[in-house]
Amino acid sequence: MQDIMIQFEHVSKEYRLGAIGGGTLRGDLQSLMARIRGKEDPNLQIGQKVYAGNPRFLALNDVSFSVKQGERVGIIGHNGAGKSTLLKLLSRVTGPTCGTISYNGRIASMLEVGTGFHPELTGRENVYMNGAILGMTKAEITKKFNDIVQFAEMENFIDTPVKRYSSGMYVKLAFAVAAHLDSDILVMDEVLAVGDMKFQQKCLGKMDDVSKNEGRTVLYVSHNMNTVRQLCTRCIVLDHGRIIFDGDTETGIGVYMNNRDDMQTIYDLSAKSSKPDPKATQAKILSLRIMNKDAALFQTGEELVFETDILARKHFEHLRFRFELRYADDVPVGTVPDIDLGVMESGERKTFQMRFDTSWLTRGKYRVYLVLFEKNEFGTCEDHDLVLPAFAFSIEDQNDITWNVNAWGHIKLPDIDFISVQ
Amino acid sequence: MEMNQFENVITPKRAWFDVNLKELWRYRDLILLFVRRTFVSQYKQTILGPAWAIIQPLLTTVVLTVVFGNIAGLAPAGVPSFAFYLCGSIAWGYFSTCLTATSTTFTANAAILGKVYFPRLVMPISTVLSQLISFAVQFCFFLLFLFYYLMTGANVQPNLWILITPVLLVHLALLSLGVGIIVSAVTTKYRDLAMVVSFGVQLWMYATPVAYDITLIPERFLNLYMLNPVTPVVTMFRYAFLGVGEPHFAAYGISWLVTLAVLLLGVLLFNRVEKTFMDTV
Repeated sequence: MQDIMIQFEHVSKEYRLGAIGGGTLRGDLQSLMARIRGKEDPNLQIGQKVYAGNPRFLALNDVSFSVKQGERVGIIGHNGAGKSTLLKLLSRVTGPTCGTISYNGRIASMLEVGTGFHPELTGRENVYMNGAILGMTKAEITKKFNDIVQFAEMENFIDTPVKRYSSGMYVKLAFAVAAHLDSDILVMDEVLAVGDMKFQQKCLGKMDDVSKNEGRTVLYVSHNMNTVRQLCTRCIVLDHGRIIFDGDTETGIGVYMNNRDDMQTIYDLSAKSSKPDPKATQAKILSLRIMNKDAALFQTGEELVFETDILARKHFEHLRFRFELRYADDVPVGTVPDIDLGVMESGERKTFQMRFDTSWLTRGKYRVYLVLFEKNEFGTCEDHDLVLPAFAFSIEDQNDITWNVNAWGHIKLPDIDFISVQ
Repeated sequence: MEMNQFENVITPKRAWFDVNLKELWRYRDLILLFVRRTFVSQYKQTILGPAWAIIQPLLTTVVLTVVFGNIAGLAPAGVPSFAFYLCGSIAWGYFSTCLTATSTTFTANAAILGKVYFPRLVMPISTVLSQLISFAVQFCFFLLFLFYYLMTGANVQPNLWILITPVLLVHLALLSLGVGIIVSAVTTKYRDLAMVVSFGVQLWMYATPVAYDITLIPERFLNLYMLNPVTPVVTMFRYAFLGVGEPHFAAYGISWLVTLAVLLLGVLLFNRVEKTFMDTV
């Protein structure tokens, strides 16, 4: 039972950023001709010696691990950590840049639910289609067909074109096909995010079942820690393409929670601006540091102390500063509209330390947009620098009452005073 | 542990000749399902259904007959020119639709190919096969006309060479598959070639005796002209069903060689590209 099913050996995957290739065949041929004739490449930027290509980016960086049979491995990490790339390599959608991936048996991958579903075909036809795409033969599907339909609770709709299905029905059917596939390895990317609670639990139960009773290996990628906790026996935490933890689930989740990218406290904002050219703005926010914490995580009521460097490129009588607070989903929460930074000389650079009271805010993640502006003679605002968002922080609520964000909003208003009681 | 204990190994580079035909065979059911899907979804919610397969070549043939046959007078004498053009245009039509459809394999199916793995050759093969269905409909339609001409005593002489029809079809299918997958493999990086395909096919048609009779080609250019691998197939097709022209056996043999070479090159190129095309498409 302890056979190694999947093995990654020093696997890396490199992507080129930006547009791919020199652009056109003509462009590439031009460069080639120029090189042969010893002339200057017309596609190079002036002063450049060789075509450097686009900047490169390692989505996976020297990743090695192995998975034994029957293990249920959760792969977690924040967005861009390389989780999906890892699954894509394993399911052979794309190839690795270097390294070797070896595995035994057949892989059923569900990188997206309902791959290959054709809206015009009926549920029945699509079950066959989807099954075949996942590598089953017609005979195998026929054998399992009733199980699939029953699991998906779709007996009445199986001969209806899937374009008439609700999204929930779509997902149920697709999951059922993949779960009933005779594969040795089941690879899943956040498929349980859809479907109702009952069906989610059913899916988790099914995966538990196939792994325990049939000895199948499961690789599961999710942002939902509850499902990871429920399903997985082991956890791999990825960060910027590297494995930073490999071991038991609880510790893995702990590592992931503390390793959130957006909890950083030092921000370099010198190149970040919504203005087209951050180097040419008349005033610029250069950097920002949260001073009183190692991670940008606050208890309600704690103060947020931060320091920001601001550079003026012309003379200002009154340079002004605006602090816009938004929730993680970009819904505006509130704004400190006008902070007067006073006189700034041209070329002057000042560091301002400020304090913000967070006791109004309820638990959750907030993002801050910072704007530098000036009021002109007509009293209207002229924005010089907009950093959207400049930084982020999280608030944890010590109070044990459950704050209903959807109904109550993000701000806890001050208590109501009794004037009289009769 | 040793490397060779694993059944499957994924490595960055793949050898040129590492074509996994066994795997392709395992996915044969998928090929058939794709054929079915293409055909069924093509004619769903249309009133005329598969009749559309006839309308297009019929109109093309009418135009060819009127413009090139009657006005320009490029059809051979004796044979009913409608039959002459219908015969040529269904053969050419099969080739050109297969070619255009397979040439977009990667770009058109990027969504599905980016989500799940199956042997990529499944897609172009199923395309070529599904076009066979339309061809079959058109072919029956052609046979009806042929029958009508035979009854009315027109000068058409079908001969025993009609038994070779399946070979001709396979020939056209393989050739269009070969050219199509070469184009699809190259267009993953450079889209330029995709632009060429649509009018390239048009030009290719004029290099093939579809709109005119082959006897109009001057003798000294004939050898060069016959290098076009589609030409001998089309002339053979006409010779078998209408008894017009001559079979050109040598050219036909060469055409097979070219076809196999193109197909081999196509499969190798395709195989080379399929692994990482998702990153460049």
